[in-house]
Amino acid sequence: MPKGKDTALISWKEVPFGCYILEPGNSVGFKTGDWRSFRPVLDKEKCVKCGQCYIMCPDMTYTQDEEGYYIADLTYCKGCGICASVCPKGAITMVVEEV
Amino acid sequence: MGKRIAKEVSIAIAEAVKQCRVDVIAAYPITPQTHIVEHLSELVANGELDAEYITVESEHSAISACLGSVATGARTFTSTASQGLALMHEILFIAPALRLPVVMVVANRALSAPISIWNDHGDIMAERDIGWIQTFAENGQEAVDLVYHAFRVAEDRRVMFPAIVNIDGFTLSHMIEPIELPDQEQVDRYLPPFRPRYKLDPRKPLSMGPVGIPEIYTEAKKAQDEAFKNAYKVILKAWDEFEEVFGRRYRPVETYRMEDAEVALLIMGSLAETAMTAVDRMREAGKRVGLVRLRLWRPFPLRDFVKAVKGLKVLAVIDRALSPGATGGPVGTEVRSALYQVPGRPRVVNFIAGLGGRDVTVEDFEEMADRAYVYMKKKPKEPYEMIGVKE
Repeated sequence: MPKGKDTALISWKEVPFGCYILEPGNSVGFKTGDWRSFRPVLDKEKCVKCGQCYIMCPDMTYTQDEEGYYIADLTYCKGCGICASVCPKGAITMVVEEV
Repeated sequence: MGKRIAKEVSIAIAEAVKQCRVDVIAAYPITPQTHIVEHLSELVANGELDAEYITVESEHSAISACLGSVATGARTFTSTASQGLALMHEILFIAPALRLPVVMVVANRALSAPISIWNDHGDIMAERDIGWIQTFAENGQEAVDLVYHAFRVAEDRRVMFPAIVNIDGFTLSHMIEPIELPDQEQVDRYLPPFRPRYKLDPRKPLSMGPVGIPEIYTEAKKAQDEAFKNAYKVILKAWDEFEEVFGRRYRPVETYRMEDAEVALLIMGSLAETAMTAVDRMREAGKRVGLVRLRLWRPFPLRDFVKAVKGLKVLAVIDRALSPGATGGPVGTEVRSALYQVPGRPRVVNFIAGLGGRDVTVEDFEEMADRAYVYMKKKPKEPYEMIGVKE
């Protein structure tokens, strides 16, 4: 097993002042999708493109495609299921992620 | 230079904060801090101080507002005591980690229970490890002077840490003393406008207070600790500059009649004035007793302290807070640890005194010094003992 310090990302001398994030919007680089145990699956037959999933998603993973459907970006989706819960048409199902 | 005028210490502190051209005050009134913030709110309401006075519903909100305020680059002040300080607890650690230089005066008061509005150091000792710069004032003039110093040091770009000035509740906060307030021009010379290294500014966005995963937390704390230790030099230099501008000299460790002393009392805060009288009386009686007072508590002035107690046989540390079940009071354990590696160190004996407003008289100090003489030859049975308890 390696020593604890081998897991450190940077030297303490390189920690930014106050541990601030000086580059705005860099959370895009933090791939949170691998936390997910359920993934949202959209049934386009039922979807009315109302955009509730887009509005309510706490991680802003939903974007509209060319046809107007809202699609979750699984790089960031944590699988919280809020979209499925708020969908008025029951068009989103949470499906277990297979390991 | 201003004239020495009799003033209540709390009022003088508020006037000093005004002279520091503070931008924001967020505070919640609590005995015995009340007069400080009451007078500041008056100054703001009367248009004598151009600042925002944020009235809040609790101390937790007061300190939270202060952090937000100072993060935008506004000079920020708050003050509290006892339960109020305890209510601030979880936010207090965040200020130094985010390098937010709030200045706070704590009018030290005992913690409940039993309910006590009176003076001891239990409130601040519970906040020992928050990572703020902490000083203890002995008298009204020093309390005021430490406020200018606190802003000067905290906001220094090499420091950027919050600072607490401790004043004993009632025995300092409500005392009327002759106090010299400097001219505004002197204060302006000593304290330049606050220009933080970074601030919250929509034109130049940044994030303060992100999560620290295990792969970064240790490095972040190490960086904070190193920066805090480095603040020591600036604290000293700011006292040198203080002397140049205002003429009064302050050091992190004060000594009184320590030449050839074999026994010394060690204390923080206003009780040291009573202790000086006790030392005088014992010196007259031919006892080689001196006094050491810590003005700077955090960062701990290790080297200056070790130098100050060199040659002593017994050091009697007087704590004004109880640490139940510990090996001493907070100052006692600190000092024992500080001296452990020092060859020829004095024996450290620890007394707990002056809890919840209990008077500690000249006679009490003489008793402690006499016991210290007994312990010169005989090891104390207990690591600490309480003084002035009625059996």
